[in-house]
Amino acid sequence: MTAPAKISCRHLWKIFGPDPQGFLKRHGEAPKDEDFARENYIGAVRDVSFDVYPGEILIIMGLSGSGKSTLIRAITRLNDPTQGQILLDGNDLLKATPAELIDLRRHKMGMVFQHFGLLPHRSVLSNVAFPLEVRGAAREERETRAREMIKLVGLEGREDYFPRELSGGQQQRVGIARSLAVEPDIWFLDEPFSALDPLIRREMQDEFLRLQKLLRKTIVFITHDFDEAIRLGDRIGIMKDGRLVQLATPEDMVSAPADDYVREFTRNAPRDRILTVGAVASREHVPVNGVNVLASAKIGDAAALVLSSDKAIAVIDADGKPVGAIDRKRMIAALYPDGAR
Amino acid sequence: MTSSAAVVRPAAARAPPLDLIAMVAVLAALLVLAQLVPVFDKWPEALVIPVRGWVTDFFAWFAQTAKPVTRAIAWLLAQPLALVEALLYRGIPAWKWPPLPWPAIVLGAALLGHWIGGRPLALLCGLASFYLALFGLWPDAMQTLAIVLVTVPLAAISGLLLGIWATRSRRAERVLNVIFDVMQATPHMAYLGPVVILFGFGQVPAMLATLGFALPPMARCTILGIRTVPRDVIEAGHMAGCTPLQLLWKVELPAAERTLLLGLNQVVMQTLAMAVIASLVGASGLGQKLLFSLQQLQIGKAVEQGVAITLIAIVLDRMTQAFMRRNPQRIAPGTPWVRRHRYLVAFGVLVVVTIAAARMFPALAIYPKELTLSYGGPINDAVRWISRNLFPYVKPIRDSITIWLLLPLRDFYLFLPWPVVIGIPAMIGWHFGGWRLALLPVGLLGFLMLAGFWTPLMLTLYLVTSTTVLCVIIGIPLGIWAARRPLAARIINTVCDTLQTFPSFIYLIPVIMLFQTSDLSNVIAMLAYATVPAIRFTYLGLLRVPQATVEAATAAGATAAQRLRKVELPIAFPEILLGINQTIMMALAMVAITALIGSRDLGQEIYKALPGADTGRGLLAGLGIAFIGIIADRLIGAWAQKRKKELGMG
Ligand SMILES: Nc1ncnc2c1ncn2[C@@H]1O[C@H](COP(=O)(O)OP(=O)(O)OP(=O)(O)O)[C@@H](O)[C@H]1O
Ligand SMILES: [Mg+2]
Repeated sequence: MTAPAKISCRHLWKIFGPDPQGFLKRHGEAPKDEDFARENYIGAVRDVSFDVYPGEILIIMGLSGSGKSTLIRAITRLNDPTQGQILLDGNDLLKATPAELIDLRRHKMGMVFQHFGLLPHRSVLSNVAFPLEVRGAAREERETRAREMIKLVGLEGREDYFPRELSGGQQQRVGIARSLAVEPDIWFLDEPFSALDPLIRREMQDEFLRLQKLLRKTIVFITHDFDEAIRLGDRIGIMKDGRLVQLATPEDMVSAPADDYVREFTRNAPRDRILTVGAVASREHVPVNGVNVLASAKIGDAAALVLSSDKAIAVIDADGKPVGAIDRKRMIAALYPDGAR
Repeated sequence: MTSSAAVVRPAAARAPPLDLIAMVAVLAALLVLAQLVPVFDKWPEALVIPVRGWVTDFFAWFAQTAKPVTRAIAWLLAQPLALVEALLYRGIPAWKWPPLPWPAIVLGAALLGHWIGGRPLALLCGLASFYLALFGLWPDAMQTLAIVLVTVPLAAISGLLLGIWATRSRRAERVLNVIFDVMQATPHMAYLGPVVILFGFGQVPAMLATLGFALPPMARCTILGIRTVPRDVIEAGHMAGCTPLQLLWKVELPAAERTLLLGLNQVVMQTLAMAVIASLVGASGLGQKLLFSLQQLQIGKAVEQGVAITLIAIVLDRMTQAFMRRNPQRIAPGTPWVRRHRYLVAFGVLVVVTIAAARMFPALAIYPKELTLSYGGPINDAVRWISRNLFPYVKPIRDSITIWLLLPLRDFYLFLPWPVVIGIPAMIGWHFGGWRLALLPVGLLGFLMLAGFWTPLMLTLYLVTSTTVLCVIIGIPLGIWAARRPLAARIINTVCDTLQTFPSFIYLIPVIMLFQTSDLSNVIAMLAYATVPAIRFTYLGLLRVPQATVEAATAAGATAAQRLRKVELPIAFPEILLGINQTIMMALAMVAITALIGSRDLGQEIYKALPGADTGRGLLAGLGIAFIGIIADRLIGAWAQKRKKELGMG
């Protein structure tokens, strides 16, 4: 991840209340949680900094009301942050004029909404073509492009339907097609699948991964479902009361949670599918003798082998060099951390 | 919040007796004071402030000064009206052009109905228009329709623009809200005075008065519609890169379509109601004919004309409602132009064919007089029969109710010293909403007293309170009944729907037939007009009581009566209060109308002020009615709010 960041947020604040700016100043730009409670201000986003790199899927997680939507709305300038800096490809987004902002949204950003946000009076085709229409594309051009997008999300044949005639999953496909119509660089998704039932949600997640393999967008994805987060995300940021508590890969988060809040989140995580053998192996060296496991293998895949062996098994990297060892005890501790304690 | 509500409740349960005792004590003191100091009994004539004269003078001056402007406005408005009138019934005599043949309009209405609402609506539209021709009301009806057709788009567009403005600026919204509150609480008739002085008599002033009355509901619906567009939809618009104007035209307004169409429905209904009432300022058309018939007690004719107005109202109402419910339809790609626009094509063909046919058969051009029917005769006979055979029985009932109930009540109202009258709503206001709400009745009623409207004010209050009490006594049981029995609900709903589409004038016809002119006639006309909301809101309030609560009460062993009294009614109470509020508003609106059959209240003041162009008298009396409405609205609103909070629903 040495490429320059696509999006960087620096010390971002979004405060709701009668005079947010004044409130921040009064408390030396760093109000504490007690200050918010005392003066009845809501600190929806508090001093959040992070980077998103090109082609990465960054997941933002947190309980309801933790400020996820407010954060994404600040980055898209759907609401104006109280304080801080947002760089988009190195340009200061908060300095953008209304005209520049409209231009950015017309060409660089796409967004998918939890409740779809489809225009009820327009057909599927016209909904998907809407962002192109708004930026002044000719009918022919925008409808061709919209049809491509509709095909991409697997809705061909439904072009003339109206949103009310579609199921929730289909409506969200329309939402996705619409957000992709302008070929955005950056793709924001605010709990796109939360309103769908579990089976459809699963299907839509697969769909999302398929699309991302094709398109390689830079993605900020909000969810409150940890399973969804680890299934889709390259890195996960966890928010609590407006603060970003931890930002890490799923594996780091599971193996080294920053605090109890994060630990609670990761408690039911499918560790066997997140942790790699390399992360839980000891650094001791045992002879490599036919049976060994790759450091990058998920522990779930190595479990049968390790648990059935009485001795420690060598762990090797991609070049076949030994990097450590793992035995039955370590494997069990990694799989069942609560049981071990 | 929940904990504070829990704290408030026992206190509130104990507080009323204390408050009540204090209030009664204050009132008693005021009564005694009135006996000792005459100024505190009746406000002396000599101390009346001549506001009324000032207003009249101001309007006279303003009319003189603004004459070029008002002339220009009147001329501008007259043009589209002339065009529509030429099309509908007048033709262009100078060029010897006939108007549209009547079958074109009748069938065109049916076609429009079919497009909007399918076969049933087509039938309704066609038959209703044919009624107008068959009973010889065609030119009058077309005159009224012309006013409606020209005013509706004007009112809708200006209301829309004002509404949009209000959603863009909080301050504008606040100001407009206050203005609209007053405008909507002022009876239709009170608009006529200023309009007459500025624009004279005739169709155009009628249009202007109509415009003023029909505009607020449209603006309100626009505000509501835009504000209730889901947040996701608006944000999707922003993210698509909409400019503010694109957002408005392509996202907000289309997404708010249904509420906007509801506004349009209101505009149409208000316009028709006003077009009828505007006959008082010389707007010709059905309303004027009906007014004449009523004044000459030609009940048969009045019924024919009343039915025509009602039919027009029902048709317009059903059309706009059906339009509101329509969903955009999928159009298969490759549908040919003619098929996609088949209604337009059919209408074009219809016009061409009927015009050609009308050349050959003049009966198709103008509906011939010889072919008109009338059922006025039999009705007149019936009325005569009633007044000969029934009235002798009705009269003693009417007179005894009047003598034993209404007159003593009226005298009681007139006896009350002014501090008591103003004090009661002030104390209620103070109890529910603090001193701000207490000052409202003091200010408004005090102003009316100072301006010298005390007696008509008290007579209005007397009529409105008696009507309201009767409405509650009749309406709430009906609402309860409807909530119990689905069949009853269906019947009552249909009746209420129909009653609500009748323009208020219509209610005078049967009342005059049965009771002739008297206070009781006024009360009954108001009653017939104003009971609907009391029924409706009771019914809806009871329906909204959570099922779980009702079941819990049943499980606890409550009998049906106990459940109603202890569980359902208290929970539905805030809703019922709102219904009573609506009832009061409608009774007040009717006050002005009943002036036509004789009364001595504020409505009569408005009516009497019209011919003499006594703008001050008419306008202030109109405001007086509006003030009563506003006070009732605020007090009841505060009460309902408080109850809701205590029930944890607010
Ligand atoms: N316009 C607003 N005015 C005042 N407070 C707001 C506003 N928008 C959000 N908040 C508050 O900010 C906090 C964060 O809200 P936000 O919608 O960002 O949460 P979220 O993490 O997206 O929750 P959810 O999972 O429910 O969507 C909440 O306490 C919310 O009440
Ligand atoms: Mg959210």
